[in-house]
Amino acid sequence: MKGSLVRLCAAVAVAAAMAIPAAAATQLTGAGSSFDYPFFSKAFYIYNQKNPDVTVNYQSIGSGGGIQQFTARNVDFGATDVPMNAEELARAKAPVLQIPVTLGGAAIAYNVPDINGTLRLTRQIVADIYLGKILKWNDPQIARLNKGMKLPDMSIVVVHRSDGSGTSYIFTDFLSHVSPEWKSKVGTGKSVSWPAPSSVGAKGNEGVAGQIRSTPGAIGYVELAYVIENHMPAAVLQNRAGKWVACSPETVAAAAATKPEVSATNFSIVDASGANSYPISGYSWVVVYKNQSDRGRAKMLYDVLSWLVGSQGQDNAKSVDYVPLPHNVQGTAQSTLNQMQR
Amino acid sequence: MAVQPRFRRVARFVSPADRGFAAVVYGGSILFAVLIVGLFAELVLGSWPSIVAFGPSFIWKSNWNPITSNFGALPMIYGTVVTSFIAIALAAFVGIMAAVFLADFAPRWLSTPLSFLIELLAAVPSVVYGLWGLFVLAPFVRTAIGPALQKTLGWMPLFSGPIYGVGLLTAGIVLALMIVPTVTAISRDVIAAIPRDLREASMALGSTKWETATRVVLPAARIGIFGACVLALGRALGETIAVTMVIGNRPEISASLFAPSYTLASVIANEFTEATTSVYISALIELGLILFVVSIVVNALARLMIWSVRGSSRA
Amino acid sequence: MVRAAPNAPSLSLGRRRAYGALGTGLALFCAMLAAGALLVILGYVIVQGARAINWDFLTQLPHPVGVPGGGVGNGILGTFIIIGLATLMAVPIGLLTGIYLALFGRGPIPEALRFLSDVLSGVPSIAIGLFAYAVLVAPLKHFSAISASFAFMMLMLPLLVRTSEQAIRSVPQTVREGALALGMSNFRATVRIVLPTARPAIITALLLAIARVTGETAPLLFTAFGSQFWETNPNNPMATLALQVFTYAISPYPDWQAQAWGGALVLIVAVFVLSLGARLMLRRAMRGLDS
Repeated sequence: MKGSLVRLCAAVAVAAAMAIPAAAATQLTGAGSSFDYPFFSKAFYIYNQKNPDVTVNYQSIGSGGGIQQFTARNVDFGATDVPMNAEELARAKAPVLQIPVTLGGAAIAYNVPDINGTLRLTRQIVADIYLGKILKWNDPQIARLNKGMKLPDMSIVVVHRSDGSGTSYIFTDFLSHVSPEWKSKVGTGKSVSWPAPSSVGAKGNEGVAGQIRSTPGAIGYVELAYVIENHMPAAVLQNRAGKWVACSPETVAAAAATKPEVSATNFSIVDASGANSYPISGYSWVVVYKNQSDRGRAKMLYDVLSWLVGSQGQDNAKSVDYVPLPHNVQGTAQSTLNQMQR
Repeated sequence: MAVQPRFRRVARFVSPADRGFAAVVYGGSILFAVLIVGLFAELVLGSWPSIVAFGPSFIWKSNWNPITSNFGALPMIYGTVVTSFIAIALAAFVGIMAAVFLADFAPRWLSTPLSFLIELLAAVPSVVYGLWGLFVLAPFVRTAIGPALQKTLGWMPLFSGPIYGVGLLTAGIVLALMIVPTVTAISRDVIAAIPRDLREASMALGSTKWETATRVVLPAARIGIFGACVLALGRALGETIAVTMVIGNRPEISASLFAPSYTLASVIANEFTEATTSVYISALIELGLILFVVSIVVNALARLMIWSVRGSSRA
Repeated sequence: MVRAAPNAPSLSLGRRRAYGALGTGLALFCAMLAAGALLVILGYVIVQGARAINWDFLTQLPHPVGVPGGGVGNGILGTFIIIGLATLMAVPIGLLTGIYLALFGRGPIPEALRFLSDVLSGVPSIAIGLFAYAVLVAPLKHFSAISASFAFMMLMLPLLVRTSEQAIRSVPQTVREGALALGMSNFRATVRIVLPTARPAIITALLLAIARVTGETAPLLFTAFGSQFWETNPNNPMATLALQVFTYAISPYPDWQAQAWGGALVLIVAVFVLSLGARLMLRRAMRGLDS
C-alpha cells in the first residue's frame, strides 16, 4: 500500500505533466508594483490570448520586492513606481533599462460613515493627517472646507503600506513637496517610518483598499484603478493652482502633460502646476536588463514590452481605469526599449 | 499508543546485500542530519552581516527603518510575546478545564465526539484561520468584544485607544483557537495517566469527584500539563500566516491590546521578498534565527516536562 | 486529637457538592466552547465557500481583475504536484532514518538524530521557507515548485522519522528473529517482513504529514511564488491553493474574497478527508494487529 501510494503520487505528477499542452508555452516572469497589477493582469491576459505561446506570470509583491527579485535575477523584469536610484542600479551590476509603462494617480480614499457628498481636503490637511496633527474627522480644519456635511466625532485611522511600495514613494514625494515638516521629519521613500499615532499597515494596494473598506474612520492612499473598481469614495483635493480636482484619468493626464520630457532621473510629476492637474500622480516603470543571455527569451520579452507601451497595449489601460502614456512618452519608452539586446 | 518493546541488539550485517542495505540506511540518516544542521547553519550564515552590524542591541532596539538601514527587533518581539501570551492564557484555561472534563467526568458517548471535534481544530489550515479571523472575528472584535471591553475595563491602558478590529487581541484569540487542541489533548492524556489509586484514595478520604480532580489529580499532573502549555506556546510563537492576516502590520510598541502590531514571523512573511539591501535581508534572517532558537528552547523544555510525567514523548 | 487530612475542607457536604457541580459545569462549558469553535469556523467556511464552488471554480484559471469568474484550477493542480514531489523526497529519507534508529537504537548518534528530529518538528515553517529560499531559489535565480517541495519535505520529515522508528520497533521481536533464523539477511528481513508489518502505521503518518502541509502557506511566499497559469514544470513558479486563498483574502475585490472562501472550503475538505482517512487506517491496523 505504501508502495502504491508513492506510485500514485508519481503517477499524478507525471500524468499532469503530460496532460496539459499549454505548459509548452514559454513563461516570462515579472514581479513588483501592486499599483500596476490590475493593468498588467488584464493586458497580459489579452496578450496571451493573441500569442498563446507566451505567458507572462506577474506577481504583485510591491515595488521594493520587484526591484529585489529583479536584482537577484529571479524574474525576467521588475515593475516599480519609482525608477531604480543610483544605489539600486549599482547593486544590479549590469546596465538596466527603465521604461515608463503607465500613468496612475494615488487617490485619497476614506471610509467615513453617514456623510453625503465627497470630502474636500487641502494638500496641507492631508499632510497634517499623516503627520498625526489632525486626529479626528470633525476637526475644525476639515469641517471648514466641508460645510454642510455632518462629520462624526471619530478618530482618523491612517492606513499606509506595510511593504516597500512605489505608491508610497509617490505619495511621500507629494507630502515632502507640500509640507516642509514632513520633508524634514520623515522624507520620501518606498518604506518610511509613519509618524501618525493611529495608523495601520497593509500589504499592497489591495491590502490598503481592503483595510479602508473594513475600518470605519480610515483614510489611505490607493491607486486610482482600485478605487474606481471598488467604488470607494475618494477626496477632492485642491491642487497647486488652487482648483479642486478629483482623481481621474483626465486629471492625472493633465499632470503628466506639464512635464513632457520624462526620464528615469527626472520623473516626478507630483504637485504639478496646471489648472486641471491632480497633485498625486506618477509614472510606473518596468525594468529590464540591457544585455540578455537567452536570445529567444529576450525576443519574447521585447515583443511583450513593445506591445505594452505601444498603442495596442495602452488601449487596455483605459478599460481598467489607468491612464495611457502620452504619445511622446510612448516614443521615449519605445526608444529606450530598443536598446535591449535581442 | 503501541507498547515499546525492550531494545535488543541486532545481528551484524554480513552478506553483501546487507552491506549495501547498511550503506543506504546510513546514507539516508546522514542526509537527514545534514539537512537539519544545514538549516541552522544557513540561518546563522544569512544573519551574520546583521549580527555583525547591530550586535546584541538588535534585540532591544525598537527602530525598524529600512530606509536608514537601522533595524531593531524589539517591537516584533513585543508583538510575538503579547499575542502568544494572550493565546496561552485563553487556551490554557479553556484547554485544561476541557481536559479535566474529558478525562474524568465525561461519559464515553460524550468524550469521544468532543475529543474528536477538538482535535479537528488542529487540522484546520492556518490560512483558513486567517481568513475567518479577518472576515468574521475582526469585525466582531471591532463591533462587539472591543467596545464591551472598553466600556468595562477602558480605564486600563490595555483596553484604551481606537479599536480597529485587527490588532493584538484579535491575533491572540485566533492563536488561542489554534493551540487549544494541543493543550487539551496532551493534558487529557497526562491526566488519564495519573494512577487510579490516587483518585480512589482521595475519594476514600471523603473528597467529592470535583475536589479529587482539582486538588489531587491536577497537582499530580501539573508538570505534564505545564509541559503541554509550553508546547502549545512554542506553536503560537512560530505561527505566521493566520497572525499576518489579523495583526495590523505596524512595527511599534503600544500598551493597548487593540493596537495593531507586528510579530517576528509576520515581518519576515511581509518584507522578505522586497528586502533590497543585504543588511535588510540579513536582519530578516536574523529574526528567523531568533525564532528558531526560541522555538528549540521552548520545545525542549516542554518535552522534558511532558516526558517526565508520561514516560514517552509524543508529537 | 487526630489532625484532619490536608484535603479535608471545612465546608458542608452540600456546599462542596454544589461547588463540584459548578466546576463540572464550567469544565463542560469549556469543552463545548472548544468543540463549538470548530463548528463555528466550519460553518462559516461551508456557507460562504459553498456559494463560490462550482465546476468552473475547480477547473479554470484565475481571471484578471475586473473579469468575473475564473477559478483555482491551477492552484489545486499545483498543490498536488508540490505535495507529490515532497512526498517522493520525504518518504525515503524519513523511512531510512527511522530504520536506522530502530535497528541501532542506543548510543550517542541515534540519540543525536532523535534530538535533531525533535528540533526540526518545532521549527516555525517560515524559517524553513528561508532555508529553502537560500538553498534552491537564490543560487538558481528563480522561484520554483521544487523549492516549495523541499520546504514541505522538511516539514514532513519529523513525523515520518518518529513513526517509522516506532512502527518498526513494535513489530514483535519474534517475527524479526524468525526471519533471521530462517537465514534471511538483515536487508531482506527488514524490507520483506518487518516493513510490510509496519506499513499501516507509516501510511497513517504519511497521510497526517500530508494533511499538515496542505494548509501551509508561509514557506510558499518565497519559494513557489505563485502563477496565474497552468504549470507542470517543477522548475517554474507554480500556483498553490493555500497561497491563492491568502492572496484573494487580503484583496479588496468582493469577487476574489468569495473565491477565497471557496478555496478555504476545498482546503478544509482535503485536510479533513486525509486526517479521517489516517484515523480509519489506524483503527484498521490496530484491529489487524489483534488478530
